Amino acid sequence: MPVGRRRSFGGFERKMSVKVTVRKFDAVIVGAGGAGLRAAIQLSEAGLKTAVLTKVFPTRSHTVAAQGGVAASLGNSEEDHWHWHMYDTVKGSDWLGDQDAIEFMCRKANECVIELEHYGMPFDRLDNGRIYQRPFGGHMSNFGEKPVRRSCAAADRTGHAMLHAMYQRNIKVNTQFFIEWMALDLIRDAEGEVLGVTAMEMETGEIYAFHAKATIFATGGAGRIYYSSTNAFINTGDGVGMAARAGIPLEDMEFWQFHPTGVAGAGVLITEGVRGEGGILRNSNGERFMERYAPNAKDLASRDVVSRAMVTEINEGRGCGPNKDFVLLDITHLPPETIMKRLPGIHEIAVQFAGVDALKEPIPVVPTCHYQMGGIPTNFHGQVVVPGKRTQNEIVPGFYAAGECACASVHGANRLGTNSLLDLLVFGKSAGESAVDELKKSPKAHKELPADAFDRSLARLDRLNNQKDGANVHEARLAMQRSMQKHAGVFRFSNLLKEGVEKILEVQQDVQRTEIKDKSKVFNTARIEALELDNLIEVAVATMVSAEARKESRGAHVRDDAPDTPEHPNGRDDNNWLKHSLWFKEGNRLDYKSVTLRPLTVDTVALKKRAY
Amino acid sequence: MTQATQTRTLQFKIYRYDPDTDQKPYMQDISVEVDATDRKLLDAMVKLKAKDDSIAFRRSCREGVCGSDALNINGRNGLACLTDLNSFPEGKPIMLRPLPGLPVIRDLIVDMTQFFKQYHSIKPYLVNNDPPPERERLQSPEDREELNGLYECILCACCSTSCPSFWWNPDKFVGPAGLLAAYRFIADTRDQATSERLDNLEDPYRLFRCHTIMNCVDVCPKGLNPTKAIGKIKDMMVKRAI
Repeated sequence: MPVGRRRSFGGFERKMSVKVTVRKFDAVIVGAGGAGLRAAIQLSEAGLKTAVLTKVFPTRSHTVAAQGGVAASLGNSEEDHWHWHMYDTVKGSDWLGDQDAIEFMCRKANECVIELEHYGMPFDRLDNGRIYQRPFGGHMSNFGEKPVRRSCAAADRTGHAMLHAMYQRNIKVNTQFFIEWMALDLIRDAEGEVLGVTAMEMETGEIYAFHAKATIFATGGAGRIYYSSTNAFINTGDGVGMAARAGIPLEDMEFWQFHPTGVAGAGVLITEGVRGEGGILRNSNGERFMERYAPNAKDLASRDVVSRAMVTEINEGRGCGPNKDFVLLDITHLPPETIMKRLPGIHEIAVQFAGVDALKEPIPVVPTCHYQMGGIPTNFHGQVVVPGKRTQNEIVPGFYAAGECACASVHGANRLGTNSLLDLLVFGKSAGESAVDELKKSPKAHKELPADAFDRSLARLDRLNNQKDGANVHEARLAMQRSMQKHAGVFRFSNLLKEGVEKILEVQQDVQRTEIKDKSKVFNTARIEALELDNLIEVAVATMVSAEARKESRGAHVRDDAPDTPEHPNGRDDNNWLKHSLWFKEGNRLDYKSVTLRPLTVDTVALKKRAY
Repeated sequence: MTQATQTRTLQFKIYRYDPDTDQKPYMQDISVEVDATDRKLLDAMVKLKAKDDSIAFRRSCREGVCGSDALNINGRNGLACLTDLNSFPEGKPIMLRPLPGLPVIRDLIVDMTQFFKQYHSIKPYLVNNDPPPERERLQSPEDREELNGLYECILCACCSTSCPSFWWNPDKFVGPAGLLAAYRFIADTRDQATSERLDNLEDPYRLFRCHTIMNCVDVCPKGLNPTKAIGKIKDMMVKRAI
């Protein structure tokens, strides 16, 4: 379908037609991190013609940076049960997680982790030869009693070991990858059915359409909307942005996890596994301050709780360093052998990015943006769902999502450490299985592409190529990141949120008129960064608008005008706000849907005040 | 954290090439202001890109685990995100070139097809034909320790592209990264394909082109030792020949 356009390349005008080459596949997976690779195994093993598009080589995906482990109640070191894991996850979510999805995930955990081991993942081992497990924040035995060893780990490189093992498995099952191809937009027809994506081959700058019967998004999070983030440069919320532009609402985008221990200044992640192995947070008085905030779990309380405690210490003048703007993570009391065996990567990071030898000195840390709890709404089969005429969760035909870009919702208002790697395994697999079932159950020809299938993408590229006197990409991105950091941080303030909405809408205006100087075709990373910013800004606006509207405190969203009162413990208001936010790009509008409180087989985890 | 008050100017010479417009590659002279919060070469490169958006390079995690930003830095392969800005001698421009020995797509971006082809050629996945047990396959902590120093490879290609044997025969010699991966599976007590893996390397080029020059060990940003792993494979070859 050639479309004649006048374009400027390499600084001179030439008449050329932008040709969109259409390729047909049974399924297209966008993203080759943990969730995408896990889904790909399912589709390749089923013998379906599948394309996996990824803007970086698969092992460069951000799953590689996960450190501490993956949760599964294997019970290798002490008694454990999926039901306890489920309880912890519901409590961690501050009851915003859907209990059917949470039960599903926790029950599937053992199977999925064992499969990984069979793929060859080099887990650490116990003396009896079983997988090594360590304690992690919020994971307790016997319905919240005391910390339990549930995190299955490969030293402090679990994500790296997992991502490589899954890439290797995909080589074995002959998955077809399109590496360094960036997806641009979702193709949806008038009935709302999803028919694939448009994409750019980065090496040539050519535009293609992947026409598919099933489209699975596994594009990860958008942590780069914040100025200070543990996330990689590539975490730009591409799938979330594409979904929003195609009319899919975004769920619970106000909930962002600030990881307690990012290296101060650099933002690089220090795993919670450090505290799992016995590390302690200290303020400028050398005090183990978590004892005051979480008398039972202490340093292993849930991440939102620890991050708020740290910011409170800093705000009250007990921060460390010349500007009193960080606290210290201390492991100097641990045996050096333990550190070098269980936390070798952390030792390396502390030297590289904090300039300290963690065996001898504590590491300066601050809460740092880490994980997007919200995303593209799905059910626990990985099918994308939107409010419809009959129910609030109607399936979007042909569209699936898994991992950080999706909202199943298992993390609700706050994710527990090690549940993200579990999420991508369980829901990557179930999205893959659902797609396979659907394609095998009703074999059908490809539905015809609508006449306007490529219009949105071509308009974006055209706009970017012809923009004159536009906004600078780097500066617009910085303005967005600074606004998010200031107006939607660890603690939220009603007046700052209101201002934040105005500011981010101003930034959005700039993003709509970004200009790149480089108009070349071959591996044009300026163009890629501008296209990524289009996605980031959707996420940023969704976050700010959803956060401003939620007039309660819950999990990671804590605001000054919803304080802890006897009527509303922790500021949570279940009567009015026990519901999922849904943000629609069109009209910048919000809607809400109810939380699924009924699990699949067990009793509901009843609402109560959250304390650790 | 120190405030960003002190700034200094860094001079760069950067390899530039766009196949659509350049007859041949050239070195671009460019400078950039950095402050005390910019610790690593990658921080400076991000600022360079803000100044001239046409400079193309790969980067992602910025913490040395994804392997994207491998470059030839002042003549030596390394990761931009792990190279300290203070490590450069003052008054001399910093030379940035693409990894040597691979075709250049553009600027600092190389075509890694040959590198990954060699990695894939060693069948980098666990082979175990027993029916999978219900639980994990058991492995003692000692047997698991055998994988340390092998599984941590990030496939950045610093090693293979610093190896003269790989420059000479990238199509025939597996190269240090691929051979390290081969030994990672040979050393895994769960893997049953050792003899096939050795057969696969029994060839004048695939394994034996390693002449223990050890550039790979010298440049590995993760501190791994491919030469040692290659030596172990060679030992196994010799032992099974007798």
